[in-house]
Amino acid sequence: MGKTGSWRVFRPVVDRLKCVKCLRCWVFCPEGVVRREEDGTVSIDYEYCKGCGICAAECKVKAITLVREEGDGGK
Amino acid sequence: MIDTGNYIAAKAAVMAKPDVVAAYPITPQTTVVEGIANYLEKGEFTGEYICVESEHSAMSACIGASAMGVRTFTATSSHGLLLMHEMLHWAALARLPIVMCNINRVIGPGWNIWADENDSISQRDTGWIQFYCSSNQEIFDTIIQSYKLAENEKVLLPVMINYNAFILSHTSMPVDIPDQREIDEFLPKFKPKWNLDINNPVTFGNIIGPEYYIKVRKAMQDAHKNAKKLIPEIAREWKKKFGRFHGDLLEKYRCDDAEYILLAMGAIAAESKVAVDEMQRKGLKIGLARIRTFRPFPKESILQLSENADLIVIDRNISVGSEGVLFNEVKAALYHKSDARVNGFITGLGGRDVTYKDIESMCRKTVEGKANECEWYGI
Amino acid sequence: MAIKDFPIEEYVLPGSAACPGCPATIALRIVLKALGKKTVMIVPACCTAVIESLYPHTSFNIPVMNIAFEAAAAGAAGVEAALRKLGKNDVTVLAWAGDGGTYDIGLQALSGALERETNFIYICYNNQIYSNTGIQRSGATPYAAWTTTTVGGKKEFRKEMGDIIRAHHIPYSAQTCISYPDDLYNKVKKAKEIEGPKYIEILTPCPPGWRFSMEKTVEMGRLAVETGVWALYECKNDVVTFNGKSRLILENKIKRVPIEEWMRPQGRFKHLFVPKKDVKRIKALEEHIEKIWERYRKYYI
Repeated sequence: MGKTGSWRVFRPVVDRLKCVKCLRCWVFCPEGVVRREEDGTVSIDYEYCKGCGICAAECKVKAITLVREEGDGGK
Repeated sequence: MIDTGNYIAAKAAVMAKPDVVAAYPITPQTTVVEGIANYLEKGEFTGEYICVESEHSAMSACIGASAMGVRTFTATSSHGLLLMHEMLHWAALARLPIVMCNINRVIGPGWNIWADENDSISQRDTGWIQFYCSSNQEIFDTIIQSYKLAENEKVLLPVMINYNAFILSHTSMPVDIPDQREIDEFLPKFKPKWNLDINNPVTFGNIIGPEYYIKVRKAMQDAHKNAKKLIPEIAREWKKKFGRFHGDLLEKYRCDDAEYILLAMGAIAAESKVAVDEMQRKGLKIGLARIRTFRPFPKESILQLSENADLIVIDRNISVGSEGVLFNEVKAALYHKSDARVNGFITGLGGRDVTYKDIESMCRKTVEGKANECEWYGI
Repeated sequence: MAIKDFPIEEYVLPGSAACPGCPATIALRIVLKALGKKTVMIVPACCTAVIESLYPHTSFNIPVMNIAFEAAAAGAAGVEAALRKLGKNDVTVLAWAGDGGTYDIGLQALSGALERETNFIYICYNNQIYSNTGIQRSGATPYAAWTTTTVGGKKEFRKEMGDIIRAHHIPYSAQTCISYPDDLYNKVKKAKEIEGPKYIEILTPCPPGWRFSMEKTVEMGRLAVETGVWALYECKNDVVTFNGKSRLILENKIKRVPIEEWMRPQGRFKHLFVPKKDVKRIKALEEHIEKIWERYRKYYI
């Protein structure tokens, strides 16, 4: 297994205040890198997120935005 | 018990207590799988019997079952074996101790169901251990011994037990069948070294890079080397327990003081014993070395035989464009190490009968210096 | 079951070799959540053989056996027989193959295993192409689609695998799609509880294969269902029930979205729109889909 986050171009950023806890991002994430937090919202494991953007595309309330990576290897 | 090679094979398979048998019918193998079906019906075989829809699936199902860590058996012949080819490689590379009988039969076209060894010879490089039997008793004994060999953790390779179509498969001979208890003592339950296990979620057979793949091949080769040591040990353990011995990697017959040694496999080798008796009676110093295991190849034993004798090889197969395969390999075994002359004959293809008289005339031609290095007999 | 109630356990581990936006891993995550830890998976040659990653690593947290392309169902039959002999009745055998390994090269072994009433779940994740080998046509590729072996567009319509499966009269078969996770989860869960052979086919829209942008994977599956290119249904003991939007389409309660909506975002249909719209071929596919629905309505209402 590789740290697949290193070649990501866009990173998804979650606005936890907007999140309605529907978990569509969690279920549709191909990598299983959307973490379920205790408060019912979500966060992203950037070590392995490949930046496909499905989570942002499928978020009904636009709580996830894609931000261009700055070339720091995903950190 | 007096019965045909196939029913004896079925009896041996059932007495080895495989957990899963998966098979598909093909002439002349059919009576093996029918025999097992009858044992199932009578309750004497208690394993799972999968009547698959092809030989490819037969081997695939054996692979699945063996990977679960249970004992498996199948049988096939000719085109069935060829259809399995991909999965033969798979079984060996996956290091699964599957045991299979192959009844040597001609490959078409044209359709022909008689004896010919090109089916199994063309599986030479699959990594399987290959035995060639010359009697129904040997079929029984070799099947049981094969499980012990295959399942040894120094081997963990599949084993193919070959015998000629009809000459053995459908010919009745008296065979001594030990008690089930004695078989169980000789062949305890299979304890797998690895298997698919929900408590140990491992992935088997995934993508492998060159740095590891070459090691996998090397490990198979090492396992064959180990088998070379174990085959005689197991044969001797069998002899001690049951009083019967069919040879180590090869069986020597009247080789003492022989000036020529005949090398052959399968039914021709059995017939060769008669020919050797006949020739020795007439004063010809010819012995026989019957190849019992073609893989691993008994290179060292053959080299040893060549120290005091020239060799005559009879092949019931041909690598078209080259020569008889056994002839080819015997020569390679001697390369740079022996001055012995080697003569090869290709005969018996398509089920042509090869009698002791034929064998004698091939030998005489060689002894009289009239034979070419490699020639056809009986065209 | 609601998404939030899906088990939290993950059996597909992050860091796999899947392409970004891969539908196969979405499907597999949900499938394995439904099946749980006591599952043995048999994988023939397909994308998943790559996704599982390089030896000596693995991306899967269940035991997996790889097997040759055409051999998934037969290999699974062997695993199942061994489990039965070992008395392990609580382990699910899952054969997980692509459409190439199911519609084409693996069809014989699959048919045999279904006919023999093998107690397993066979799942075909259908991305309508040989994607692992670089996007070649399969029996599941739709009419007019570009692939590397149908450069001007496929000339034939796809095979109706569902019909072939139902001809085996197995206890359970279903079609679903990654875009409907609850539908997918419930169908797998249902299959798990049924004895005998089960077949589930999951439509898995493939970004590099279908030539669409990787964030659109789920959307493309949704459009496939809304346009009627793909139907969600299940067949239990020979009774077919349509599900979700497919049911509404079947009962004429909603109209199918024009097929162009599904085709246009896909680069594999670009030659039907640029430089000039190929009305004839688009219509041919539309009519073909309509014919399928007419047949569905005739038999399954």
